[in-house]
Amino acid sequence: MSWLIVGTVPREDFPLYEGPCLLGNRRLHLGDHAVSIARGTPALLAAACIASRALGIEAPQTLVCGDIGRGDGSSLVYRHLSERLHTLSPELIVYHYLQPDVDWHNRVHLRTEDLERKPILIADAGYMYVAKMSGLASCYDLFTPDAGELAFLADETAPHPFYTRGFILQEEDRVPELIQWAYEHDDASRFLLVKGRCDVVASREGVLERVCDPCVEAMEPIGGTGDSLTGIVAALIAAQHPIPHACCLGARLNRVMGLLAKPSPASSIEDLLHSLPEALDREASAGF
Amino acid sequence: MLSKKITDFARKIIGLDRERDATPTRRRSDKGILVFHHTSEVIKAESLLKQAGIEVSVKGPPPDLRTGCDLVIEFPLVAQLKVSAILQDARLAPLKTLPMQDLLLEPVSLFQVKDFGEYLMVRAANMKMTIDKSDLRVVNVSGGGCPDVPYLAETLVGRTLHDLPPPRSLGHTLCGYALQLAYEELLRRCPG
Repeated sequence: MSWLIVGTVPREDFPLYEGPCLLGNRRLHLGDHAVSIARGTPALLAAACIASRALGIEAPQTLVCGDIGRGDGSSLVYRHLSERLHTLSPELIVYHYLQPDVDWHNRVHLRTEDLERKPILIADAGYMYVAKMSGLASCYDLFTPDAGELAFLADETAPHPFYTRGFILQEEDRVPELIQWAYEHDDASRFLLVKGRCDVVASREGVLERVCDPCVEAMEPIGGTGDSLTGIVAALIAAQHPIPHACCLGARLNRVMGLLAKPSPASSIEDLLHSLPEALDREASAGF
Repeated sequence: MLSKKITDFARKIIGLDRERDATPTRRRSDKGILVFHHTSEVIKAESLLKQAGIEVSVKGPPPDLRTGCDLVIEFPLVAQLKVSAILQDARLAPLKTLPMQDLLLEPVSLFQVKDFGEYLMVRAANMKMTIDKSDLRVVNVSGGGCPDVPYLAETLVGRTLHDLPPPRSLGHTLCGYALQLAYEELLRRCPG
């Protein structure tokens, strides 16, 4: 399955890049550029590259640009995508750290609607925010929120997680209720993977699966563990696993990766990703 | 009274947006408005924000909002942190800064704190900051979805709580703003 990962690189000077990504020694190679895999979309890309190698599928194509929050790089990505989507025509698109912009989102959405074959759509981070904000969440196949972001999806009035109303408590034991609220207002994708102490896979019908083991408490504060999970799940979907199964398997792999890495709350995602190949080997021998 | 007028006015604008919108249904506004006392402030603020590359537009107020709020500035809500910083630098305080979506919305005010023994994590909205309690060094920044989050993490991790630049001086988005709140809560808990 052809797949494309769309996001940003946390550098001001990184130009618009569309093409393959290769994972080298602790660096991600995007054309002539090498970037750190310590956080953000590069961390997701690194996880996707490792997982695709283990699964024997093609590595993802990528579309990224430097953006440190001003939105300039995101605008270039949106523009490029809306102009080139019909040519790229991937079967799976993963959207990640992009500045939420409803107008640009809707332009890209219209181009997606024009494609002969509708791609599978995964949205995480800023693009999940804007997908919800646009009122088009149900056009997506998978969102990957954490508990706080699920509360944002459940609050039909919130334009950003920062404005989630206080009475919608972001407590993990309320996850099933918040999932239901999100679907009631059509603010959720076809499937949800809610990241937390237990990862929860859900659809409009409710909770489908929970993945609670192994539990590695220290992973919660580590920036990028959600990005790695999204990258692994995307690779599994690109390898033709059904979405709910890919979510369960990806959640388990991400946790095993954490277990093997023996992290502390001061570890980085880069430290953890070194253990992903072993986690994939172990789970493969267990017969996924 | 003024608050009600502002609410009514913004709802009208939201209604107009929906009529113009070619895409379906329940689109939420990603815009906010800045309300000032005087037109001169609006003009000055518009000029400053445009110079900074922020897409803003000045809207004429309806007749029932002529009690000191002669004009409002519409701005991308996600850029609220940057907008606030620019206006603060220029000592140009708006009467109110409000999301267009629902003027009764309030920013998150609840913090979640998790103690990992040697480490302390504070979450505000969707952003988390974790420090090493022994030396108050920031060891991780996580959560969030706007593109300044990885940049802020890269800049702040490894620095001590009392030496780092406040996230609001580096961030540009609401995620950056949420991280500022987490940082302030950590400062409150660890006065040093």
